[in-house]
Amino acid sequence: MIFSLAVYGSPYTYQSSDSAYQFARELLNQGHEIYRIFFYHDGVYNANRLTIPPQDEINISSRWSSFAGENNIELVVCVASALRRGVLDDSESRRYEKDTHNIEQNFTLSGLGQLIDAGIVSDRLVTFGS
Amino acid sequence: MKSFLIITRRSPYGTSYGKEALDAVLMASAFVPVSLLFLDDGVFQIKQHQDADCIEIKDYSPTFAVLEQYDVKNIYVSASSLQHRGLTEKDLVLDVEVISDARIANLLDTNAVVLSF
Repeated sequence: MIFSLAVYGSPYTYQSSDSAYQFARELLNQGHEIYRIFFYHDGVYNANRLTIPPQDEINISSRWSSFAGENNIELVVCVASALRRGVLDDSESRRYEKDTHNIEQNFTLSGLGQLIDAGIVSDRLVTFGS
Repeated sequence: MKSFLIITRRSPYGTSYGKEALDAVLMASAFVPVSLLFLDDGVFQIKQHQDADCIEIKDYSPTFAVLEQYDVKNIYVSASSLQHRGLTEKDLVLDVEVISDARIANLLDTNAVVLSF
């Protein structure tokens, strides 16, 4: 079956992004396909590569990034939600004349249309709220 | 074509879920048939006479009026959610269809994709 996930919760505050990750990993273990993982609302903070958790805790953004890289999965961050919350890629950072960008590797900024597209293409769209 | 049901369940201002649900409705309307359901505290989003100036947050309730131009014609409100909060249809900024819990169950059943905010 083809799945997509929508993640609304910020990491380290809510379990939702951990649950989404574990669900995604298990989907692949069971032979399903993941079309896209879409980060909306506070979920955009999952893409912040500047997070520094204590050494005995998981680095959530880099865990997403390795998972996506190893399994060739699209991680899409809603651009409007991300800009509001200060999650920028290189081109947005230049456009708004900021001094840095902070999006983790393997995440891309794109529009909310990508969430709707994920709903259309996938057999199941599963939401992980806050 | 898959139909989408977007459910908005939280009051305005306390969180940005309501505003971002509305953005999702407008975006979805460009691609698919979409229905919108106000449920639980979500009914407060379309209450008349909102004044968010004093908390310096933008009042987005006028945006609901443009939904019809975006071809979002199926707009529903839960009758029990209104009743539990002492509201009636007359308190709302929008012309909506007030529906029973049984109809809500039917909406959940008949729409291919359900997004809840």
